[in-house]
Amino acid sequence: MDYNVKLDIFEGPLDLLLHLIRKNEMDIYDIPIAVITEQYLEYLELMKELNIHIAGNFLVMAATLIHIKSRMLLPRPPEEEEEEDPRMELTRPLLEYLQFKEAAERLSLRPLLYRDVFTRDFPAPELAEKKEEGLIRVGIFELMDAVRRIFLERKEGESVPLPSPLIPIEKKMEEILARLQGRGKLFLEELVPEPFSRSELIVAFLALLELAKQQKIVLYQERPAGDILIYDFLPPAVIS
Amino acid sequence: MNELKALLEALIFVSPNPLGIKKIKEVVGDGFPAKDIETALSQLVKDYEHPERGLYLQEVAEGFQFRTKPRFSEWIKRLKKVTPPRLSRAALETLAIVAYKQPVTKGEMERIRGVEVDGIVRLLLEKNLIRIVGRKEIPGRPMLYGTTQHFLELFELKSLSALPTLEEIKAIQEDVGEGETE
Repeated sequence: MDYNVKLDIFEGPLDLLLHLIRKNEMDIYDIPIAVITEQYLEYLELMKELNIHIAGNFLVMAATLIHIKSRMLLPRPPEEEEEEDPRMELTRPLLEYLQFKEAAERLSLRPLLYRDVFTRDFPAPELAEKKEEGLIRVGIFELMDAVRRIFLERKEGESVPLPSPLIPIEKKMEEILARLQGRGKLFLEELVPEPFSRSELIVAFLALLELAKQQKIVLYQERPAGDILIYDFLPPAVIS
Repeated sequence: MNELKALLEALIFVSPNPLGIKKIKEVVGDGFPAKDIETALSQLVKDYEHPERGLYLQEVAEGFQFRTKPRFSEWIKRLKKVTPPRLSRAALETLAIVAYKQPVTKGEMERIRGVEVDGIVRLLLEKNLIRIVGRKEIPGRPMLYGTTQHFLELFELKSLSALPTLEEIKAIQEDVGEGETE
């Protein structure tokens, strides 16, 4: 039977290396590179035998280990230049990783809201409530549908196809945010003046996509295939 | 002064979010001098330290907020069926990287952790602990991430500078390391 197991014990190659260093009580500043390379490869072999999927980054680390090992074997030029120990290539990222592991540990020891300490509950602000009521979150396909409807329903400007100055998307994004700031809500239609040009509509569409991706706005519809409403992004009040 | 203290208590009580000192001064500034406001606030903080009080007044995310004392957490959980936020070790590590290195790209997070972080970054975004703060002006213009106000509130941090510095963390590690070799 063929099966694949994803092993989470060692999330990545750095975790596996740290495990080996601890297990063998090695000094992180003086890692016996031959020993650790051998053990590391044994682990990969074992993972293969167990049909555990080996992520590419494990293999990259294996290559790095072998490379460092080979460099250690080369005779060093006698005191010519203070060349850095090739093993620093291993030690440095491990130390940095350990630092953030410790930082994460410190974070988890802090008084955590909703676990150790609590605040008063407040009813969500009115705008947020209104938004929930009967509004549908809009994805990229609904937005594309709406843009297509504008294409079909509204007259394109009958202007001579002079190369109109193209508004950069960034400009349009700023404009949308600025208009939202005063009111908190906009209709898609409002962004496209009449008569409109194709390029204007496309720029507006791309700007909305980018803003939604950056979580600066949220798009809603009152009913399926209805008008698109653009809202200021409101972060969820409580995390679950 | 006592009246001011009581007033501040009331204002903080009705605020859904940590109430910033700037906002407080905006509201009561024409009735009370700034110096008095600050004194009253620190006195109020002290008052609540008293063991007979179930709340404490904490400065978090650049504002003041009442929180329940940690020793009552079990009772509160009985009263309110809340699920405490669960963050995996991997998520916490990634969050720590964002907290210290912000603004930071996914690429940098992946370099430090040695694994891909797509799923975790999405989770942290969903939980409103990190947010996109812009794009890095390098080829591909990758997104830059930073922590949110909610991050500060969740971990009871007054500001980002309330985190221990990476140098301090290094010192802690070296202490631990020496302890192990002995």
